[in-house]
Amino acid sequence: MSQKRERRIRKIITYTLLIFGLVIVVVPFWYMLITSLKPQAFIFEMPPRLWPAEVTLKNYIEALGKDYFGLYFLNSLFVASITTVTTIFVSSMLAYAFARLEFPGKKFLFYIFLLGMMIPPVMLIIPQFIVAKHLDLLEKFTGLILVYVTMNISMQTFLLRGFFEGIPKDLEDAALIDGASNWTIFWKVIFPLSRPGIAVVTIFTFLYSWEEFPWAHVAIKETTKRTLPIAIALFQGQHLTEWGQVFAASLVSLVPVVIVFVLFQRHFIQGITTTGLKG
Amino acid sequence: MTLSTKKLRQIGIALIFILPALLLFSPFVIIPMAYSFRISFYDWNIVKPELSEWVGLQNYLDALKDPIFQRAALNTGMYAVVTVPAQIVLGLMVAVLLNQDIRSKALFRVLYYLPVITSWVVVSLLFEYMFSGQAGLINYVLRDVLHVVDKNILWLADPILTFVPIHLLGIWKGVGWTAVITLAGLQAIPENIYEAAEVDGASPVQRFFNITVPLLRPTLVFEVVVLTIGALNAYISNLLITNGGDPLDRTHFILTLMYEATFGRLDFGSGAAISYLLTFVVFIISIIQIQLLQKQVEY
Repeated sequence: MSQKRERRIRKIITYTLLIFGLVIVVVPFWYMLITSLKPQAFIFEMPPRLWPAEVTLKNYIEALGKDYFGLYFLNSLFVASITTVTTIFVSSMLAYAFARLEFPGKKFLFYIFLLGMMIPPVMLIIPQFIVAKHLDLLEKFTGLILVYVTMNISMQTFLLRGFFEGIPKDLEDAALIDGASNWTIFWKVIFPLSRPGIAVVTIFTFLYSWEEFPWAHVAIKETTKRTLPIAIALFQGQHLTEWGQVFAASLVSLVPVVIVFVLFQRHFIQGITTTGLKG
Repeated sequence: MTLSTKKLRQIGIALIFILPALLLFSPFVIIPMAYSFRISFYDWNIVKPELSEWVGLQNYLDALKDPIFQRAALNTGMYAVVTVPAQIVLGLMVAVLLNQDIRSKALFRVLYYLPVITSWVVVSLLFEYMFSGQAGLINYVLRDVLHVVDKNILWLADPILTFVPIHLLGIWKGVGWTAVITLAGLQAIPENIYEAAEVDGASPVQRFFNITVPLLRPTLVFEVVVLTIGALNAYISNLLITNGGDPLDRTHFILTLMYEATFGRLDFGSGAAISYLLTFVVFIISIIQIQLLQKQVEY
């Protein structure tokens, strides 16, 4: 009887603490949503309301109609999609080489790519800027995409290598005896069997490219070529007190990320717990 | 087929799989690292690089002697010292709670993870707004709800107080990640160890500190490594909340200072030196922490 009571009290404490934490996590998002629905006159109202007195979609209409917002959304979508697809191909090929092929210098190459996970990405910005200038890649989506893919190769390769190594070799051996080439095995056996791994790579890479700021900030200056993070940061700089519009734009930019995350959250959680990578 | 042609064939096949990655990695990681190292020893001329003047270690020495750099290093160090332990402790608490027998575990996990997937740009602006001096939500709560202050605090105008929103943002955004990683670590601890300890009369607190914490050590050390590197590389929140060092260049982080030296003053040599100083520190810390990580606990 008393044990049952103890368990109930424990449950109540657990839920209370969890919900308290959740309030702290969620309130800023809620406040952002409310602010985006307020008319400009109420942005600095006192006391600040957590429930708007008057709801309007004006901020959304104005923010989305302003400064090529729709274009920036499409720019981001384009860059993030191409980056993701390219990263999947490049990383899975490299991962296959590390997991299944024998060649001289394999260990050395492995450490080179491991290095890519240890260096702070921002330190590469100066020389990347110079290289991109020489290759005429500044002010171009190609310049963004190539750098984004490169910055993702190391992590995603190590993730996929783990998945590939978990696939039983018998399948490939059978295919090899039938005379299939490594190339065929890679595409017809390994790739389809690694779908969960590919899903994780997709999510990580998409999130990364969708929110990347430092490189886009130096590589793109032309107004029409901006991606969303740059556009939102600059928008706030230009319209200092129009927080309603800033947050309307921010929330719209969150939609694809939340959709991707909710759809794949099981793979995603599995991915970060097995690899410990940051989302 | 002779042995050597077989080997050649092997290399050829491997090359096909490696080449795309290598073609990207060389120009955008390997060459930049070497190039940046070289630049850091020059008074670099961006228009005519061939006219750059070799200055040896001058860029490094200038940076180390510069009070703005010292302040930035202190700010960055403080950010790591405050936010890393806070994220670890709070993440551990959330993980322990989520590890109980509760309903809608997946929903809690998704919601706690929400700040992690939100872009730094968006959450930095959000915190800037909440901590606004005139009428921000935080000032309202402190003044009119909790009555702990009697007038609005100008968070963003003070070189010390500015770090309150920056630190809180770092913690708020990272707890979901540590919670999820720690939860995975908790679930890997076998249940029978706890049962045995309970039979021996160990209290829940004793069980937590004598079983959970030691067995979680590898997970926790791993989190400390990743979070420390992340904290030393913090950049976007500071850039947006302080406008890159306001007021009076006293609120820089190492990387916002590097950014200003490079793209503000166009002093590429100095920027490269600053980034190498940071990389050096990150490298040393990673090595020390990985050494610690390898000491496993045996039960």
